[in-house]
Amino acid sequence: MSNDQIMSWLFKPAVFLLCLVPLGFFSFDIYTENLSADPIEDATLFTGEWGLRFLLITLAITPLRRLTGWSRLLRLRRMLGLYAFFYASLHFMVWFWLDRELQLGDVIEDILKRPYITVGFSAFVMLIPLAVTSNKFSIRRLKQRWQSLHKLVYLIAGLGVLHFLWLVKADVQEPIIYGVILIILLGIRAWWDRTAKAA
Amino acid sequence: MLIKIKNKNDIPASEITDPEIFKQRREFIKQSGQFALAAAGTLAAPEILTAGTLPTPASSRAKIEGVVKGPYSTEQKPNKYKDITNYCNYYEFGTGKRDPAANAHTLKTSPWQVAIEGEVEKPGVYNLEDILKPHTLEERIYRFRCVEAWSMVVPWVGFPLSDLIKRFNPTSKAKYVEFTTLYDPENMPGQRRRILDWPYTEGLRMDEAMNPLTMMVVGLYGEVLPNQNGAPLRLIVPWKYGFKSIKSIAKIRFTDKQPATAWNSSAPSEYGFYSNVNPAVSHPRWSQAKERVLGSGFFAKKVETKIYNGYADQVASLYTGMDLRKFF
Repeated sequence: MSNDQIMSWLFKPAVFLLCLVPLGFFSFDIYTENLSADPIEDATLFTGEWGLRFLLITLAITPLRRLTGWSRLLRLRRMLGLYAFFYASLHFMVWFWLDRELQLGDVIEDILKRPYITVGFSAFVMLIPLAVTSNKFSIRRLKQRWQSLHKLVYLIAGLGVLHFLWLVKADVQEPIIYGVILIILLGIRAWWDRTAKAA
Repeated sequence: MLIKIKNKNDIPASEITDPEIFKQRREFIKQSGQFALAAAGTLAAPEILTAGTLPTPASSRAKIEGVVKGPYSTEQKPNKYKDITNYCNYYEFGTGKRDPAANAHTLKTSPWQVAIEGEVEKPGVYNLEDILKPHTLEERIYRFRCVEAWSMVVPWVGFPLSDLIKRFNPTSKAKYVEFTTLYDPENMPGQRRRILDWPYTEGLRMDEAMNPLTMMVVGLYGEVLPNQNGAPLRLIVPWKYGFKSIKSIAKIRFTDKQPATAWNSSAPSEYGFYSNVNPAVSHPRWSQAKERVLGSGFFAKKVETKIYNGYADQVASLYTGMDLRKFF
C-alpha cells in the first residue's frame, strides 16, 4: 500500500476516535471525582456544548472543502453530523433522566412553558429524521427530497444557539460566539450561492 | 474529607509547616485576640498538606478561635467543604461555578474597610477589625437555596446583622439597608466586563435586616471565609435566594427608599427586590417548585422547595398581607 492509501484508510477511523475524546475526558473526570458539586449540571453543559460544537463543525465541512480543495473532508460530513446527534441525544437523556428524573408531567410542562426548552427540544426532534435518513438507501429513495430535508440542519443549528442564548443568566459571551460562527458559516454559503447565480 | 482541621489524629501543623511561619502565626493569633481573621492574607501556611494532595485555592485556611454554637441551625448534614468552596456564583471572578475558586485569590481582604453611610448617627469608614471587635462569633448551619434551583447546607460563622446595625444608631428615616460589594476591577477580573452593573449591590427592608436569622458572615466550617465565598465579610439571608446574600461587603448604607439591586436592575422581570424563596412563584424561565440538594453526585435527588426556604416560622410575619406574586 502506498502512503496515500494508508492515509486514506486510516483517516476516517482516526477522526471517529477523535470525536470520542471529549466523552473520554468527561468519563475520566467522573472516574476521578473531578466534577463539581453538581455533576448533573456538568453533564448537561458538557453534552449540550459538544452537540452544538459538532453541529457547527459539520456545517464547516462544505466551506472548508471549498476553501482548501481537500475533497477527503466530505467523507467526514455524515459521521460528524451523527456525532452531533449522538451528543445531543446524551444531552436529552441527561436532562430527561437525571435532571427531570423521568417525570413526564414536568417534562411536558417544561417543553410547553419554557421557551428555551421548547426551542432546544424542537431542535433535538428535528435531528432525528436527519440521523435516520443519513444512509445511502435513504438518499437514493428520497432523491431531491433528501436535499430539502437535510437543509433542516441550518434551522436546527440556529435553534441550538438560541436555546443556549436563552438559558444563560447574564453572561451571553459564549452563546454569542457560537452565534457568530454560525452566521459566518451560513453567510459564506449565501455569498457563494449569490455569486454562483450571478455568474 | 477535607475538614481535617477538626480531626484530632491529624499531624500537628508545626510538623509540616515551616516553623518560622508557624511561630508567626501563633504570635499573630495571640495578638489579634479572638479574631484570627485578618490572618487570611498574610498566613499562607498550607495547614495540612500530605504528599500527593494538591493545595486548594484556599491555601490560607486558618481556624477562627472562640466560635460558639448559635441558634437556628438545621439538623441537616452540611455539604462538604470542597463542594461549598468550589461551586460558587461570584461573577466578579468569572461566571463558571469553578471560576471563583480559581480566580478569587487576587482579592485583597486585608486591610479591609467598610463604609457606613446614610440615615445613621455614626457614619464613617471603619476598619474591619473595629467592625468585628464587639461581636461574639457563632456557628449557624443554614440551608442555602440558589435561584438556579439547587441547594446546599452550610455551616457559617458570623453574628446577627441586627447587632451590628444597632451599634451605628440608624435614624427614624432608615427604612432600608443597601449593601455594596468592593469595586476593584484590577483584582476582580469579572468587573472588567459589563455582565452586571458593577459594583454589585443588594438591599433589605429594615425589618428583614433586623430579623435574628439575618447574619453577617466571616467564616465557614470554623475557619476564615475563603475569598470565593465572599471574604472577608458577607451577608447571609437564609430565606431568600442566594444572590441576595451579597459578598465582600465594602459599604452599608441606610436609606429611606428601596435601593436598586444588581440582579433586579439586570432583569427586573426575573429577579425581584424581595426574592424570597417561594415554590409557588416560578422564575420566568424555570420552575422553583423543586430543588436539587447537592452533594450526592449524579443521583442527588430533587426535593420540594419550602416557602421561605423552610424558615417560615421566623419570617412569614414580615410579609403578612403582601401579594407574594407581585412582590416576588
